[in-house]
Amino acid sequence: MTTEPRDTAGGDAARRPGPLARLWGVLWSPSVRWSLGTLLIVGATGGVLFWGGFNWAMEATNNEQFCVSCHEMRDNVYAEYRGTVHDSNRSGVRATCPDCHVPKDWTHKVVRKIEASKELYHHILGSIQTTEDFEEQRLRLAGNVWRSMKANDSRECRNCHNFQSMDVALQSERARPLHLAAPENGQTCIDCHKGIAHHLPAGTPAATRALEQAAR
Amino acid sequence: MKSHLKLIAAAAGMALVSAAVLPAGAFTADLQSLRGAVEIPATDQAPSIDIFKYQEGGSWSRNFRQQPPLIPHKVEKYQVDRNVNQCVSCHDWSNAKRMRAPQISETHYLDRDGNRLDSIAGTRWFCTQCHVPQTDAKPLVENEFAPAPTLR
Repeated sequence: MTTEPRDTAGGDAARRPGPLARLWGVLWSPSVRWSLGTLLIVGATGGVLFWGGFNWAMEATNNEQFCVSCHEMRDNVYAEYRGTVHDSNRSGVRATCPDCHVPKDWTHKVVRKIEASKELYHHILGSIQTTEDFEEQRLRLAGNVWRSMKANDSRECRNCHNFQSMDVALQSERARPLHLAAPENGQTCIDCHKGIAHHLPAGTPAATRALEQAAR
Repeated sequence: MKSHLKLIAAAAGMALVSAAVLPAGAFTADLQSLRGAVEIPATDQAPSIDIFKYQEGGSWSRNFRQQPPLIPHKVEKYQVDRNVNQCVSCHDWSNAKRMRAPQISETHYLDRDGNRLDSIAGTRWFCTQCHVPQTDAKPLVENEFAPAPTLR
């Protein structure tokens, strides 16, 4: 069996090309049946529909309603987020799930969306059924977010908050010196502001120390 | 047995007399509930939201020596539960200097058997059981309290 000469198979393929080769041939020979105008119109319309659909799907999966349509989010992290300053405050401006957890610029956004397929996979598997399941994974999951935020200099925070626009004179006397020193110390938002929208997991101090050690 | 019966008879007699002679509520007339003349089932009026305005900055002195020091900042955003204590992230001895925060008393690192611990004792974990944010709360009852003078 294994000693069958290879050039026999090669000879067959030379006489009758395989399906991929035939598709390649069709794609790259000029159309005889369709006019160039038809091809252009169909192509352009199809392109617009595809691009519109892509962006629609991107937006449809990038809002609070979509995030809390899964019980893992609705019953745990979303329940904790309710009432925090990013949910309800005196001016009524809100930062919802994707504002902090999905990058705004296109490249990073698409990368994050592709990474989210892992979350879909575990939703289908049912990896987190109960709050106890979630608590068990919580330190690891929170650590993922802290690590990525530290690595990208808290990029999503800075969509709204940035050091240049902060009037430290309006800050409390406790916050002022820390914010003034933070850029010089190479600190980023998440270094201090963990657990502002969700509860902190047990073991946070040790995880924080490990994170700071790794950054050094 | 006989003396018991006498006692009971005497008590019943006194009760009858007092019920007949004294108007109802004579004993309670001087008592005034702190929540005012609101019937118990009725919903009391909510206090003004201003009482929750904390006095930020500047530590107030204690009213008596053993008083747990007051907190000169807001605390409602800080998580203190069985998983995490965020007060400690500034006030623990290992962070206090860096965060320019008052350091937790050494007594808070002793467990109930007097053993010295590395981290704050479980019996001291829930800070706001004793320490509260300072607010300009008026005394509910007029009083002339003064701390015991200690320096002689």
